Amino acid sequence: MKRSNEPVFWALFGAGGMLSALTGVALVFVTGIGVPLALLLSPELMSYPNMLAFAQHWFGKLVIFSVIALFLWHATLRILLLLHDFGIRAGPASALIGNGLALLCTLAAAYLLLALGF
Amino acid sequence: MTDGHKIIEMEVLRYRPEQDQEPFYQSYEVPFLDDWSVLQGLQYIKDDLDSTLSFRWSCRMAICGSCGMMIDGVPSLGCRTFLRNYHPGKLRVAALEHFPIERDLVVVVDDFMNKLTQIKPYLIPKQVRRLDQGEYLQTPQQHEQYRQFSTCINCMLCYAACPQYGMNSDFTGPGILALMHRYNADSRDGGRAQRMELGHADEGVWGCTAVGYCSEVCPKDVDPAHAINQNKMGSAIDYFLRFVRPRGASK
Amino acid sequence: MSAQTDKRKPYLRPIRGWWKRDSYYIRYLAMEATSILIALYALILLFGLLRLGQGEAAFNGWLETLRSPLSVGLHSLLLLVFAYHSYSWFKVMPKTLPAIYWRGAKLPQPMITRIGVAAAVTINLLVIVVLAGMQS
Repeated sequence: MKRSNEPVFWALFGAGGMLSALTGVALVFVTGIGVPLALLLSPELMSYPNMLAFAQHWFGKLVIFSVIALFLWHATLRILLLLHDFGIRAGPASALIGNGLALLCTLAAAYLLLALGF
Repeated sequence: MTDGHKIIEMEVLRYRPEQDQEPFYQSYEVPFLDDWSVLQGLQYIKDDLDSTLSFRWSCRMAICGSCGMMIDGVPSLGCRTFLRNYHPGKLRVAALEHFPIERDLVVVVDDFMNKLTQIKPYLIPKQVRRLDQGEYLQTPQQHEQYRQFSTCINCMLCYAACPQYGMNSDFTGPGILALMHRYNADSRDGGRAQRMELGHADEGVWGCTAVGYCSEVCPKDVDPAHAINQNKMGSAIDYFLRFVRPRGASK
Repeated sequence: MSAQTDKRKPYLRPIRGWWKRDSYYIRYLAMEATSILIALYALILLFGLLRLGQGEAAFNGWLETLRSPLSVGLHSLLLLVFAYHSYSWFKVMPKTLPAIYWRGAKLPQPMITRIGVAAAVTINLLVIVVLAGMQS
């Protein structure tokens, strides 16, 4: 019987799920509420100079890339499953488009981070 | 007969292939005592009201797995579901979902039976012992690893619960994959590689999307969702390491 | 073929709308649907990254948008979604792990969930506390 290739997507789904479960609330709070409203956090935290320095640092690159890419890959598998569960049978086409979009965004994130330099 | 009996209305899904184009509900007024199961209600219907009603049953004590059916839309054992819990009012009884209806509450179980043999549901000993070498020994802890999954009574409620099986019957399904795990997890067994040929496929563990309803409805607390999903990690590791692992080490 | 078997005509009921049949299914799909908002947040961050690369003015524009009531409202919703995700993630996680033994006894699945949720709460708080400590 043909071996499934699902493990690739499942591993990404799992990593993204775990990362978002452990840090998602904090990240949303920081970027979406804390810093914009200066609630508990300094608005300067996400200033252009700060964020540029962070994104130029190898650790910052790792964090930003991991969050964006893994969150997206996690969501991709689940969204494709949702389509399947609702009976929207786009078959291999939907998997291609869904995973293709996730890959595109992953490459975009990598490119943008590298373009910022070190 | 009706002294001390309450009355409940049972709506049963009928289907006679020789005369019906599609299934329809038929109502019966069933007198019952407090300790009556749905199965007993059906038996009353067949004995006293309508002898044409067909349904499977045997032990009437939740061990044979014959009387699986949909009771008010929930996969249940007829012998372990009680009429008093639906009274006053009525309850709907239908054939087990996701299986073709043969007649009334009898479903076609060929798919399940065929799949049962596919996962090699028997011990393939790691080291075959001759008679004079004595029994295969196992500690209580080793037994605990698979005990839960060995209590399956093949009632197929989990198949009625599983939407993935409902949408695609190529999927091996919860009960049989749990049984596959039962043997893989048995310390005496050495047949994991053979079974995982199916396990590693989309029809195997990867067809499961962790809905988990199978474990909810299981009358024996087998927890097939747990049996299947704990194999995903191993299957994924095997997938990524298969080219660096020695031949035959597939887990 | 006897006359008896000729009368067999198994009937397969349609599977469409299976999820409407039980509230369990609806709750399952709701849980899966939270992933749409997880993706949305990732795209918001990706957009911020794009703006970062386009220079200070562009990035400040993105920051300005984050300060808008609409954005704060959206992120408040996202906060709830991610919190629910943390909980539901660890509710399912025990099923993906082999039985864990602690001092000879099998660790019950709800206990594993509680440990996971505790870890999520701790780590999330840690991130906020550490960043709150950075005043510039």
